[in-house]
Amino acid sequence: MSAVEERFGPYGGRYVPETLIAALDELTAAWVEARSDEAFMARMDLLRRDFIGRPTPLYLAERLSERAGRRVYLKREDLNHTGAHKINNAVGQALLAERMGKRRVIAETGAGQHGVATATACALLGLECVVYMGTEDIRRQAPNVERMRLLGAEVAPVEAGARTLKEAVSAAIRDWVANVASTHYVIGSAVGPAPFPALVRDLQRVIGEEARDQALKAEGELPARVIACVGGGSNAIGIFSPFVDDEAVELIGVEAAGEGLDTPRHGASLGAGVTGVLHGSLSSIIADEEGQILEAHSVSAGLDYPGSGPEHAHLRDTGRARYESVTDEQALAAFAELARLEGIIPALESSHAIAWLLENGGGESFDVLCLSGRGDKDMAEVVERTGG
Amino acid sequence: MAEATVTGAERIEAAFGAAGEEGRAALMPYMMAGFPDRDSSLAVAAAYADSGADLIELGVPFSDPLADGPTIHAAATAALEAGATLATALEVCRSVAERVPVVFMVYANMVLAHGGAAEFARIAAAAGAAGAIVPDLPLGEAEDVREAFTAAGLALVPLVAPTTPAPRRAEICAVAKGFVYVVSTVGTTGERRELPAELAELVAATKAEAEVPVAVGFGIGTPDQAAEVGRLADGVIVGSRLVRAAAEAEGPGAAADAVAEFLSETRVALAG
Repeated sequence: MSAVEERFGPYGGRYVPETLIAALDELTAAWVEARSDEAFMARMDLLRRDFIGRPTPLYLAERLSERAGRRVYLKREDLNHTGAHKINNAVGQALLAERMGKRRVIAETGAGQHGVATATACALLGLECVVYMGTEDIRRQAPNVERMRLLGAEVAPVEAGARTLKEAVSAAIRDWVANVASTHYVIGSAVGPAPFPALVRDLQRVIGEEARDQALKAEGELPARVIACVGGGSNAIGIFSPFVDDEAVELIGVEAAGEGLDTPRHGASLGAGVTGVLHGSLSSIIADEEGQILEAHSVSAGLDYPGSGPEHAHLRDTGRARYESVTDEQALAAFAELARLEGIIPALESSHAIAWLLENGGGESFDVLCLSGRGDKDMAEVVERTGG
Repeated sequence: MAEATVTGAERIEAAFGAAGEEGRAALMPYMMAGFPDRDSSLAVAAAYADSGADLIELGVPFSDPLADGPTIHAAATAALEAGATLATALEVCRSVAERVPVVFMVYANMVLAHGGAAEFARIAAAAGAAGAIVPDLPLGEAEDVREAFTAAGLALVPLVAPTTPAPRRAEICAVAKGFVYVVSTVGTTGERRELPAELAELVAATKAEAEVPVAVGFGIGTPDQAAEVGRLADGVIVGSRLVRAAAEAEGPGAAADAVAEFLSETRVALAG
């Protein structure tokens, strides 16, 4: 098992108020202990199998392959319970919260997927759950708000700033600062102060472990490329991680170019960002010359975040992974294309990875692409944008 | 502020010392640079210097202030909307730094964005600042920044929280410059009806470990609370209450009057 890294090259760290340091130490110690506790890991494995529905299939998408001009396997994280990879992290962290004796759980959510996943895990374990959500996102994602409430969570509206994900994370961190003794913060991506980026990676690594075994079984060799969308970057780091040492496998993260990298309206913090501190870690972020964090933009709420996990910034700098981006328009086209080609409605986040593949097809070898979630949640947004 | 022989840390400690000689805790009001607008913040800084501030904690507005509660967060947002930048904070600093030591409250990303620790320290010291509090730069992340600040004569003031384990608290105290900032309560900045009973113990323990003065902030919103804390600590920091007073006033003159009245009352309470 890898270490619980505090730093990835120069990135990562703990840029948080002193009040939280003891809790971060406690969380690190709890994870180190829990992951070598057979009973704990057996319970996690059981929940992964019988509650989440793992392993998820690695599906040879034949009509998509034909269209792309090369074989493409989709890692079907959309088939997880609650419809996305987020549940892998939420169940793992809720189990840790229970183990630490913290009966109150908080989370942030943008589109609502992580909020729903956390509310689900808390219902499963009987934990109190409060989900911070910007009021603009509450407006855009009404069905997920209702789901969270049905699952027994309190949805706490956040009025600050653009009333979206960045402000929801800030509000959750402030709640944690005030209630740290009784509360665990289930952060939704591989971001935040250490140990979160490593912890979330460890909990999402199951995606890549399964995919690597499944690819070897199906093809007798490793894929040429592993492709995943990157907002905060948890599905990407989860699928990349077991392939990092396979040097021949290209790792490609696809960010949101929004309305274009030549406009201020994008979410490409790795491709067009600066080194900076956001939400507790040093990484690649979107900020102005004064150091003020800027609002990101993407048609996909899950990629609408002005930062990325510190491990991605390091993988970028070392050249081990490369980060591309596609626009809102390309993602929307890919969304419709996959629906018609494969009978799979992908999340708008995952549609970014599909869009990049469609532009970069051809060749003899094969790819694994992480289909991080299902797109039902995005129907209203897509209809509004494209007229259906 | 050109005399390079007097460091920021020395000026800070001298200000605490002078208050101590009067038999009271030092009073350190907080203000947000550029809030509600540039002129009002210059007026507030002058009013602080005129009305008994021993030191001034000067907030640099930041988009995502994780250590701050709703009052100061809203003030930062409003200051940024009104066009405030680091330059605004430096201007406010220059306007009072010869009268009262100024300690910046600045988030880590702004230090990074302005050329990194050494360059930021150079700019801040040139504006007369004596020190800086970086609330998201805890022990473990602060070493290089502390060295760079010290080299420029700027004190990096660390924070101690109620959740800080004792051995870590001792480490923080051992490397503190200027003073140690004790966070009174578990939470973000903002007025509280009551201060925790454990505060006396925390302050006493910190004072025993620190060679520099110990000041308490977060949650102090009335002259009586200031007096209560002043009996325990070397200094008292009042933030959100004064930011609220500036927010509620109409125009620079009224903002100055409002904060001056509160400070004068607090000075009387501290002396009592």
